[in-house]
Amino acid sequence: MSDLNTVTAAEAPGGQPNVPHGPVKKDKPRSLAADAWSELRRRKIFWIAIVLVAFILVMSFWPSLFTSADPRACSLSNQYKGPSGSALFGYDFQGCDVYAKVVNGAFNSIRVGVFSTLVAGIIGLIFGMASGYFGGWVDAVLSRFIDIMLGVPFLLAGIVLSRRLSSDPASDGVFAVTLTLGLLSWTSGARVMRSAVISAKQQDYVAAARMLGAKPSRLILQHILPNSIASYIVLLTLLLGINIASEATLSFLGVGLKGDAISWGIMIAEGTQFARTQPWPLVWPAIFLGVTVLAFIMLGDAVRDAFDPKLR
Amino acid sequence: MFRYIVRRLLQMVLTFFGATFLVYALIFANQNDPIQALAGERPITESQRLALTQRYHLDEGFFMQYWYYIKGLLTGDFGTSLTGRKIGDMMVDAWPVTARLALIAIVIAAVFSVTFGVYSAIRRGGLFDNLSLVVTLVLLAMPIVVIAPLFQLIFGIQLGWFPPTATRDATFWQLLLPAIVLACIVIAPEMRVTRTSVVENLRADYVRTARAKGLTRMRVIWVHVLRNSLIPVITLIGVDLGSLLAGAIVTEHVFNIPGVGFNLARAINTEDGPLVVGFVSILVILFLFINLLVDLLYAALDPRIRYE
Repeated sequence: MSDLNTVTAAEAPGGQPNVPHGPVKKDKPRSLAADAWSELRRRKIFWIAIVLVAFILVMSFWPSLFTSADPRACSLSNQYKGPSGSALFGYDFQGCDVYAKVVNGAFNSIRVGVFSTLVAGIIGLIFGMASGYFGGWVDAVLSRFIDIMLGVPFLLAGIVLSRRLSSDPASDGVFAVTLTLGLLSWTSGARVMRSAVISAKQQDYVAAARMLGAKPSRLILQHILPNSIASYIVLLTLLLGINIASEATLSFLGVGLKGDAISWGIMIAEGTQFARTQPWPLVWPAIFLGVTVLAFIMLGDAVRDAFDPKLR
Repeated sequence: MFRYIVRRLLQMVLTFFGATFLVYALIFANQNDPIQALAGERPITESQRLALTQRYHLDEGFFMQYWYYIKGLLTGDFGTSLTGRKIGDMMVDAWPVTARLALIAIVIAAVFSVTFGVYSAIRRGGLFDNLSLVVTLVLLAMPIVVIAPLFQLIFGIQLGWFPPTATRDATFWQLLLPAIVLACIVIAPEMRVTRTSVVENLRADYVRTARAKGLTRMRVIWVHVLRNSLIPVITLIGVDLGSLLAGAIVTEHVFNIPGVGFNLARAINTEDGPLVVGFVSILVILFLFINLLVDLLYAALDPRIRYE
């Protein structure tokens, strides 16, 4: 399972070799965002990621564009039939159409990924801002709490928490997994936000605004937040990919989505058991999961490079 | 240094209690009826219920129960699994297997990442460098639930190069393919860090001096530069042990290796609360110790780093 710390730690110092090309036109001063956009436009990897992400989003919200087969209409007489015109990827152990299941599985991956990242984003934003802005004992308590959270390996905590939250056997586990991932994955973000706020807080424009009599709420919302949020949002893009992978991992281990829910993780788990007889029910969900996670991580990677002036 | 160690140890104690408390609370809080869970479907008499309640201190408050659990943990008594086996005995069986698996994975990852990292740093911007950037990006993004089953399918079942599953004694040959899978999670970050660090060191003054003295290019790179570039890599290997242990849960599950992760995955599926808590606690303690060791190692390797 990829862990946010290793991903960021590994890539932050690694300078991309194919960075700036050609002289930058110096007609008028550009904002950081405009600068980053002109940088991004030239990156091939960015466009590949955008196309993939768009494709996955379309697939998750309008699966009927891709298949008219019902993923839950399974018939044992079709068990392990190979790929054919009516079922592109063949049939699985239960005789379900693998193509229809893979296409319909995108929705749960995206849903869990987006909402858990939103939960983590909000918690991390509030905790990071509070920790960085107030400092003192608030910072001490929150930082120790984050230390404790990081003391438990992510997957272990996820297993335990997800199990606890989804005790109702009738539920499909979507809510439990979303909450689990949201509650566990905010820590790295909070740390990034904290240090961004601390460095923004010390800037002269903040001191000037304070001297002009700005209230703390105005200081935070108007001055500190806009100047510290860029790297945080980029981090959330990466987190989205990681959370999608985590959902699949939990589902694979049997503590994520369950019952009627279609999940690539569950499909991989079932496919692994019978891979000797028919490999396709394992291969296709694995490829779709891999490409989805890769697309989001590529996107986050490219955007981070563009937003980081030091790498340019 | 001494003061730093003491402070880190105190911090560790705090983290230890916090983390074990979280795990304990999550597993055992508002459990419906643990005695019935233990008995399964069988009816249970009043006297049996009373005896079990006393034996497991179920009539006492939550904090007292947590206290008994910590006391057992610190004296090496991990309790009994719902299957009736001593958890301590199960760990003695499981840990050597996982330790061997992790060790093979670390060696594979270190050899590959250092060799390729140095090579792509020397030929920076070349074909190999650009290719390896793409490959490491893909490896970074691939979740272990994708790599493990696919490798098992391709190399274990279809091509038949490696045994697809392990037996009870888990020989080196059986552990090789799962170790390669595990190495895949950590190879990408290690390689990128090696590359960055070698690129930085190649520009250093001592490299120019060494070249000026007439040393061969090979000696400068593989002795002078590498020794100074390995500091961040070694610490990263330590940090990666955490992700290796997490990855081992999925990998051992897929390859049927009777190690810690396999036992943990099974304990989760059979709802064996004590077993889960026992294994998770040990993993947490191990994780904390590794983090401490890494920090100390960092200071030992790089004389410029001083902790107060």
